[in-house]
Amino acid sequence: MAPSDIPCLPRGVRLHYDQVRKNWMLLAPERAIPLDEVGHAILKEVDGTRSFGEITTALAEKYDAPVAQVQEDSAGFLSALKNRRFLDLVS
Amino acid sequence: MNPQPPIAMLAELTHRCPLACPYCSNPLELAQIENELDTETWARVFDEASRLGVLQLHLSGGEPASRRDLVELVAAAREAGLYTNLITSGIGLTEKKLAQLDQAGLDHVQLSLQGTTPEMADEIGGYRGGFTRKMQVSRWIAEVGFPLTLNVVLHRRNLHQLPRAFEIAQEMGARRIEVATVQFHGWALRNRDALMPSKEQAKEAIRLVNKARKDLKGTLVIDFVPADYHDQLPKRCMGGWGTTGLNVTPDGQVLPCHAAQTIPHLTFDNVSETSLSEIWYKGPAFNAYRGDAWMPDTCKTCERKEIDFGGCRCQAMALTGDPNATDPVCAKSPHHLMVKQRAEQHAAQGDDVPLTYREPPRKTATQRQIPGATRRASA
Repeated sequence: MAPSDIPCLPRGVRLHYDQVRKNWMLLAPERAIPLDEVGHAILKEVDGTRSFGEITTALAEKYDAPVAQVQEDSAGFLSALKNRRFLDLVS
Repeated sequence: MNPQPPIAMLAELTHRCPLACPYCSNPLELAQIENELDTETWARVFDEASRLGVLQLHLSGGEPASRRDLVELVAAAREAGLYTNLITSGIGLTEKKLAQLDQAGLDHVQLSLQGTTPEMADEIGGYRGGFTRKMQVSRWIAEVGFPLTLNVVLHRRNLHQLPRAFEIAQEMGARRIEVATVQFHGWALRNRDALMPSKEQAKEAIRLVNKARKDLKGTLVIDFVPADYHDQLPKRCMGGWGTTGLNVTPDGQVLPCHAAQTIPHLTFDNVSETSLSEIWYKGPAFNAYRGDAWMPDTCKTCERKEIDFGGCRCQAMALTGDPNATDPVCAKSPHHLMVKQRAEQHAAQGDDVPLTYREPPRKTATQRQIPGATRRASA
């Protein structure tokens, strides 16, 4: 995933707070994926306008973590979503 | 034992359907129009489902577009906070109706495909002009921008069309395709001689799916239900009985799976009398096959009992007459050999075996001799 790539959630994929399970979920066609804190923190930043580079820099600052580590974790997570068509990349 | 809340609910809004597919999964006894739940009751059920923990709502049937209040029902489902999926043949949907469904907040559309050519699709669906209409509807779906999944049921007659189905899915802009080999429950049992795929076809389907999964990675997501009667291991039916999802019939009965009414000893609660939560946690039908107390020793002592839960209860019922038996697809079942031999006999019938078309839920219904000849597109 290149720093200039702009990730976005395509239509039909959205974040949802599950009041019953008290957990954030990613809802998609035929799927409900429970998100851990890291996953939710990343997806909360995905707004379809900011680039992968901007998002990971912001996350690194916010959580006081090394940028390289944040980029690696985020790229792995977002690529897995992309392969399942739960995420689009605009470059 | 303390079950988790359900994730998904299938709302069978109506048993009415313009198609007459020979593998129809609805029960033999269809709900009559006058017994269908009204808009308000469905809205209440959606609300109860959301409070119970349901996240995904599948609006199905029959053909859900046959409900005049479909747009209101979608709006009510979104109001309840549910992810709302429409499972449709496309027949009955218009450009205007799709725009209204968009306004109402519909999240996702699943479009069925009976074949990849008009000849095949219209013969299987028993509805002349259905394929052409469906293709038109798919263009409208793309214009609105709904995320789309294409649903394909495979059987002996159309299995060779699978590669083309993958192409059509991409041409329609679908993100997903569900490829399910025909499951023989209810009406489909009458068509085993006509539809049972051969062992070679079942293998070919697996090969084609694996190849497409590799070639189309990141483009088209493929969900696949293989032909289990030629297999050695039973399927993990419903992800486990009473663990993941529930079905509500057009007249409000709540079922652990769509074929559960074929199991004679089960009794079902109705949303008109009992809350969904009470039904899910306390209902006798839901508790009948939770855990392992019900299992025969073959399953109870098996290392796979947490993986496949003894397979499909309805298939055990249909093939052995005992819903508590090990699914006879399993090599450990004493009925396994009989089922394999029968499957091969069904598969060995010629391609001229006539299809027995699904009959609609009307007392005045007559068996159709010529596919699609007695009805025309109403939309």
